[in-house]
Amino acid sequence: MDTNRVQLNIIGAGCASCVGKIEKALKSVPGVDSVEMNFAERIVDVSGSATPQQLIAAVEAAGYNATQLQAEAGNDAMDEKEQADLDYYRSLLRHTFIALSVGIPLMIYGLFIGEMTVTTTTEQLAWGLVGLVTLSIMLLSGKHFYVGAWKSFVHHNANMDTLIALGTGTAWLYSMLVVAFPTLLPEMARHVYFEATAMIIGLINLGLALEVKARGKTSEAIKRLIGLQAKTARVIRDGKELDIDIAQVLQGDKVRVRPGEKIPVDGVVIEGATMVDESMLTGEPMPVEKAIDSEVVTGTLNKSGSIVFSATRVGKDTALARIIAMVKRAQNSKLPIGRLADVIASYFVPAIMIIAIVSAMVWFNFGPEPSMVFAIVSATTVLIIACPCALGLATPMSVMVGVGKAAESGVLIRNGEALQTASKISVMVLDKTGTITQGSPQVTDVVVTQAASIGESEVLALAAGIERHSEHPLAEAIVESATRREIELEDVEAFTAISGRGVQAQLNGQSLLFGNQALMQDYEVDIQAYQAKAQQLAAEAKTPMYLARDNELIAIIAVADPIKPDSAEAIARLKHNGIKVVMLTGDNQATAKAVAAKVGIETFFAEVMPQDKASKVAELQKDGEVVGMTGDGINDAPALALANVGFAIGTGTDVAIESADITLMRGSLHGLADAIAVSKATLRNIKQNLFGAFVYNAAGIPIAAGILYPMFGLLLNPVIAGAAMAFSSLTVVSNANRLRLFKAKAH
Amino acid sequence: MLFINLFCLALIGFIVWWFWLYSPEAPVSQEGIEIVVKDGVYTPSRVKIPSGQATSLTFLRQDKSACSAILQLPALEISEELALDKPTVINIPAMTPGEYAFHCQMQMYKGVIVVE
Ligand SMILES: [Cu+2]
Repeated sequence: MDTNRVQLNIIGAGCASCVGKIEKALKSVPGVDSVEMNFAERIVDVSGSATPQQLIAAVEAAGYNATQLQAEAGNDAMDEKEQADLDYYRSLLRHTFIALSVGIPLMIYGLFIGEMTVTTTTEQLAWGLVGLVTLSIMLLSGKHFYVGAWKSFVHHNANMDTLIALGTGTAWLYSMLVVAFPTLLPEMARHVYFEATAMIIGLINLGLALEVKARGKTSEAIKRLIGLQAKTARVIRDGKELDIDIAQVLQGDKVRVRPGEKIPVDGVVIEGATMVDESMLTGEPMPVEKAIDSEVVTGTLNKSGSIVFSATRVGKDTALARIIAMVKRAQNSKLPIGRLADVIASYFVPAIMIIAIVSAMVWFNFGPEPSMVFAIVSATTVLIIACPCALGLATPMSVMVGVGKAAESGVLIRNGEALQTASKISVMVLDKTGTITQGSPQVTDVVVTQAASIGESEVLALAAGIERHSEHPLAEAIVESATRREIELEDVEAFTAISGRGVQAQLNGQSLLFGNQALMQDYEVDIQAYQAKAQQLAAEAKTPMYLARDNELIAIIAVADPIKPDSAEAIARLKHNGIKVVMLTGDNQATAKAVAAKVGIETFFAEVMPQDKASKVAELQKDGEVVGMTGDGINDAPALALANVGFAIGTGTDVAIESADITLMRGSLHGLADAIAVSKATLRNIKQNLFGAFVYNAAGIPIAAGILYPMFGLLLNPVIAGAAMAFSSLTVVSNANRLRLFKAKAH
Repeated sequence: MLFINLFCLALIGFIVWWFWLYSPEAPVSQEGIEIVVKDGVYTPSRVKIPSGQATSLTFLRQDKSACSAILQLPALEISEELALDKPTVINIPAMTPGEYAFHCQMQMYKGVIVVE
């Protein structure tokens, strides 16, 4: 029989003694081999051949509830959430329909057909009936408001439900009072407001429904990221290929991916070669070449060839899963700008209740006749219009969209604070190597002297033959360049490294020297004739290296770290946004100057040691600048941490993701400009939202209280207040959604 | 007339006392606290945990409304989505004594962790 592993979530286990009971219940199920419960997380691991249904039944029989835990909280969790949202949306629409089907006819009657007043006994009976119908609507479609209001009242809390319950409750109770004891009130005041109660309940349910719908759209970016995951993987086990669920792929499994398929888990290629489209993850449109030893990342698309790779990270450890988790966390995090709204929101509702009472008192004591009616209407309207929802939603909605938007273009924002600070950056510090440049040196020029009597290829074969023994960073560039040109390397002997200078070696009895100017001077090699050429190379940000045979210069090989093709353009975008750009590098002055000139940077600091990078950042901060720092290496880490916002250039599989405030998944500096653009757009959106919500409350409440009445004779109808309240949070959510259409400037 | 005015003033007094001045009930303290999120409140809404010791809280969200879906604990920068009808475990690191508020995205649901 098959053995499988089932994880269950246990609900209702309040004490440690429950563990024993649950474990015992599960062990008694036929086919269960072992049971292990983690009490802290309320998760129990069961292995054996029993089905999840049997296990859940056993837990329930023991007096608890259980649900199956999905091994991969990916697609399924999302579908479930969508289903729950859809159900909720439908139930809200149903409530809307029920309430409005009573409210609208009543309102039409009041407006066009008859008076809603109670004088005769017949009217008393008729309106009493309407009152009972309205009550059933309140209990049917508005139950959640009343239950919520009561529960939070008991907890000394007040919220939106409180306001709605009080508003509609006041209107209904007053109307019922009119129906029951019309003679208690002056004739003018015998008006009923049942239609307002029904309409408000209907409209607020409608507003909630539309909000649920609009909210669904805000998490589109996450949905898209999750959608990148493949559902199954083709694994080679014991020489057989089988398709299994990605949740069951183990670390070390051999996984085959054919053209057109998605990479199911992270891994390292062990067979074959292909081009992989990583654009969905990095925003970089060009497919990337993958051969043996290349890393492949979950969710990217295999384009051309078939490969087999060894799985290195599976499940929730894959780069994609970590990215999704990080984006989710950032989407839900708070912005400092939102905290003011929080403080307001926490005192808001009781304050509104007091305002409503005060407004009613003013109308009652000083208002025109029927003052009682005006008092009731104004109090109801104030309560209904003042829902704090819009204020509470203003920030989180925009952050959610902004962070998702950034993720779509390969920019990972760690938290809301980073998002806000990025919009205020005044100085951007860029590390040169790996940030502005590609970070991997290449041979750019081979100058063969007259004394050489050999060609470029032979020179490279010699140089690479020597450098293959060296550990110098530039050595790799030379060996790689020779290999790429398919030049066979010379077999040199008696290799000696001369620290800070270069190397010495022997070939067929000839002595060879390869290194810098100092090495040549030490061995009295005459380089006079090529001095000018070497200086010219240096001015182009290239590093010239001299090759001598038997103390005679035979070649100059120049190596340079090429500037990324779009660095200059991205830096221009930053400068255009009013950001000062500063370059830091450990390289020499000449190289730094040449690179800075090429990309359009005026301020640069060369020969900066790693620890000095951080102090440069501190210096700038002392001058009152908000400093962004961009780097790719471990040596940049202190500066990244110290900067107001640290941007890491990473491949997405790097630890850098965990340490920087913002990670640029693709190498291009355009990500930097994009990040700042998204940040600015998000902040603008939040301000619009807060302004909108504030104006709505700040203007709506006095109007509802009747401030316009003395001058214009205007008093808001509670039904209008209900409609306004219903659509205020919808406005905020829709404005946040508008941010989804934002495009950082075209590259 | 006078009666209604006095009633209104009393009502205002009650609101101020009930929502702002009243010191809430004793917090619930037990091992493995489970907080139910339903009908606009967290039950229990005040929980007591020991200081200097990592613990966890289990939230069970039974409310479909959108506001209740996100749990925020600003002091710890925790912002977690609560699954519907399934327990969500929130790990709380060791904390210094004090009161820490937690709430939903719109602050409609409010609760306090008392660390002692
Ligand atoms: Cu709300």
